[in-house]
Amino acid sequence: MKKITFAAAAMAALGIAGAAIGASHADPAIAGAIKARKATMQLYAYNLGQLGAMAKGDMEYDADAAQAAADNLVALSGLNQMAMWPQGSDNTSGAETRALPALWEDMAGVEEAAGALHTAAMSMAEVAGNGVEAIQANMGALGGGCGGCHKAYRAAD
Amino acid sequence: MYLFLRIVVVLALLGGAAFWFVTRPAGIPAETYAGLTGDPQRGESVFWAAGCASCHAAPGAGEDTRLVLAGGMSFATEFGTFHAPNISPSEAGIGGWSVADLGRAMQAGISPGGQHYYPAFPYTTYARATPQDVADLHAFMATLPPSDAQNVPHEVAFPFSWRRLLGGWKMLFFRDGWVIDTGLDETQQRGRYLVEALGHCAECHTPRNALGGIDTARWLGGAPNPSGQGNIPNITTGGLDWSAGDIAEYLKSGFTPEFDVAGGEMAEVVQNTAHLTDEDRAAIAAYLKAVPAVQ
Repeated sequence: MKKITFAAAAMAALGIAGAAIGASHADPAIAGAIKARKATMQLYAYNLGQLGAMAKGDMEYDADAAQAAADNLVALSGLNQMAMWPQGSDNTSGAETRALPALWEDMAGVEEAAGALHTAAMSMAEVAGNGVEAIQANMGALGGGCGGCHKAYRAAD
Repeated sequence: MYLFLRIVVVLALLGGAAFWFVTRPAGIPAETYAGLTGDPQRGESVFWAAGCASCHAAPGAGEDTRLVLAGGMSFATEFGTFHAPNISPSEAGIGGWSVADLGRAMQAGISPGGQHYYPAFPYTTYARATPQDVADLHAFMATLPPSDAQNVPHEVAFPFSWRRLLGGWKMLFFRDGWVIDTGLDETQQRGRYLVEALGHCAECHTPRNALGGIDTARWLGGAPNPSGQGNIPNITTGGLDWSAGDIAEYLKSGFTPEFDVAGGEMAEVVQNTAHLTDEDRAAIAAYLKAVPAVQ
């Protein structure tokens, strides 16, 4: 009897898990949140690209453009993203994301990493108008800031 | 009968081992490092170029604790799981080591007690480094904070648990000399030194044969990830279309040309290469551009 109860419970649990996976595939709220996350990342990449191209010498240094890009990074890293990271939107949910479940298990770590990125962006914005050397000197800290989350909470390719 | 068979098998293995024993490579004579005075400041750049902290810092070490070389990180491979030892200047680490001890360990893969090290420790790469770089590194490492963390034994199954067999491995795969030995200008030669003698990029980016030897015909041509998940990319021009400037920037800030950031083990590597000079990062890029393309 005990065995049967156990088997039934296990099947029920599997059923629930199956339903959850199926739901997240179709859940428009989760799909929308992931879309918003990716869009934010695109904006990061675009603005970092402006600064990076100047740092590498692929684009001529322009103080106004550099300042604008750096200010955008400050704004982006200051966004409240709470709603974009709902429970069940990790890479085990079946949704198209590389976000690891670890992210939801370590919110304090995420907050710290997000704060570090914001600080790095502000440091860049303080000096971005001062010349290409200032940009070169601050790219590494920004990279480290991005890596704070991408190392810990993103699955490898 | 079963016992008899087991004895036969063991004897056969012993016979093979005897062969390995007589063919084991000699170490490095202590004179190689005699009279060298280490410069800790130069040693720091050797330290970052050689990527010591990537494996020997404690797991989860932050930017402020990466210089405590307590060991403890583990590396799962098909041969077993290896645990990086404590190499801090303490009794539990390598506090009592001479320059020659460090040299024999790094360049011959032999411990001060005369044991072979497993090639998870990239001594086949470090063998190409200059004795002066070893002495400088030794001087720098003596300035680092000590840790009393005890070493964790490797978990390696028989027959690989038998370190003597590594003498045979070394005979088969320990090669002197440069992999790319012709046609490099001065900058590319500096890059070659950083990649082939210190940076040990090839340890992950080059495929290995069934016995774990590096396939130099596909040098830096990409390989399966030893963790079993995914692949480590081809970084020759046959697989990587980044400009030299892109490569140098990646090694500095971790940003790819698309302004994504380095992930996985490479994020650790960038934490080392970020400490190099712009000239050295450019030299690595120049060398990678000169390595024959692997398709």
